[in-house]
Amino acid sequence: MPFSLLKYGLNKDYPFEQHADLPKPTVLKSHYDVVIIGGGGHGVATAYYLAKYHGINNVAILEKSYLGGGNTARNTAVIRSNYLTSEGVKFYSESVKLFKELSNEFDFNIMYSQRGQLTLAHTDAAVRGFRQRAEVNKHFGGKTELIDPQQIRELVPTLNMNPADMPVLAGLWHMDGATARHDAVAWGYAKGATQRGVELHQLTEVTDVIVEQGKVTGVKTNRGNVSCGCVVQAVAGHSSLLAAKAGFKMPITTFPLQAMVTQPVKPFLDPLVSSPSLHCYVQQTGRGELVFGGGSDPYPLYSTRSTMDLKESLLANAVELFPFMANMRLMRQWAGLTDITSDYSPIMGLSPVDNYYLDAGWGTWGFKSTPICGKSMAEMVASGGKVPELIKPFSMDRFNSFRQVNEMGATAASH
Amino acid sequence: MKMMNCPLNGLRNISEFVHGGEVKEMPDPNSCSDKEWADYVFFSDNAISVVTEWWLHAPSGYWFIAERHTGSDEILKTYDPSVLFSERVEFSAPATEVKA
Repeated sequence: MPFSLLKYGLNKDYPFEQHADLPKPTVLKSHYDVVIIGGGGHGVATAYYLAKYHGINNVAILEKSYLGGGNTARNTAVIRSNYLTSEGVKFYSESVKLFKELSNEFDFNIMYSQRGQLTLAHTDAAVRGFRQRAEVNKHFGGKTELIDPQQIRELVPTLNMNPADMPVLAGLWHMDGATARHDAVAWGYAKGATQRGVELHQLTEVTDVIVEQGKVTGVKTNRGNVSCGCVVQAVAGHSSLLAAKAGFKMPITTFPLQAMVTQPVKPFLDPLVSSPSLHCYVQQTGRGELVFGGGSDPYPLYSTRSTMDLKESLLANAVELFPFMANMRLMRQWAGLTDITSDYSPIMGLSPVDNYYLDAGWGTWGFKSTPICGKSMAEMVASGGKVPELIKPFSMDRFNSFRQVNEMGATAASH
Repeated sequence: MKMMNCPLNGLRNISEFVHGGEVKEMPDPNSCSDKEWADYVFFSDNAISVVTEWWLHAPSGYWFIAERHTGSDEILKTYDPSVLFSERVEFSAPATEVKA
């Protein structure tokens, strides 16, 4: 054993200066320029870009639990932009571009790994839909193409090409598809934001929103009242509940989504594979575990409980795709709360309350949009409520004018 | 599996049922504003509370009403729609409203 190590072992003090990624909690001030409710990926990303690009750092992120402990920790970490509408593809492509650079930007490894995403078509209708998605994607600079069964066999030799008697007819091969460590994304943004003066207050729950003459002036928390210039709500899974405190309704229904992970095995699956017809997506993590996700639960509920029937139906389909997985053991399961909008697109922008900005309706597509959503929200907050072009189509008002952005067919596992 | 008490068929597996959304009062589609209609079809309280909902027992095609807590998933009551609705709702627009 090296002597230096022995010396450290016997030393009363830790020999190196302790390096904290996040500063210690501070006193909650009575006023901030911007209050961000929700310390998940979206909230901290918004704070980060506000401080970095707009010089606004008198910002408090109020998180009722702990950093990235909500849906940021519960998603299946898929990054992709192969959506259907031009509005959607433009938005998610920007996110993919930002994700690629995040590790360098943070000087912190978010374990971004671009392996491509393969979606399977089992019907002629799905093939037609894929053809359209591939063209829309190419048009906006994405790398997506329609591939035939032979190419699918070469990409994923272990795949059963006739799962549940529904032969695989074609695949949508999205080369930009990737995965990243979801927690690290939140940590990286939080680190960058707090270094620039933003305050992250964990265990600080917003109990009420103070609205005076149609304008938000502050929030009540379990640690006292805070007045503010504006509020950003970024509380995926609880959007309707917080909006009710601010005094308005949202076009959202909240469903649980269950996911699970197996014991680790040797690497065999490079791309992320999903089958909308079988309501199932599968990916192998860097540690070798297989992550399974499916559609949201069949009826609305605010509970992250587990059900045997969903496990059974999801895994039956997963085993159809990869029959040899039948003997593998599940290691963990969990659920998140998904705020589903009727058009399967998010809600970003203004609300009926002045200076109260919405970042909601993130259903099952929240993680993949973390960077671009944070950047766009920051731009909007900094300009005093001027909605950036990129997110204009996603205003809550689109439901009142019947201009939905339909992405239902582009979810990885139809819900 | 979770069970639900169908007013017509008795206790059945939850997988036989389809959720049909909250029971809300429908504005008159022929006279309400776009805003009122959007509010009816898209917006909801989506609260954690006991909610009165439409449910369908799919195998028998029977629609009924359930009172369920959206936090605990406890189903408190199920009953036939005739308890709340005394007359049948007709969805077809009057013939005079149809434009070529």
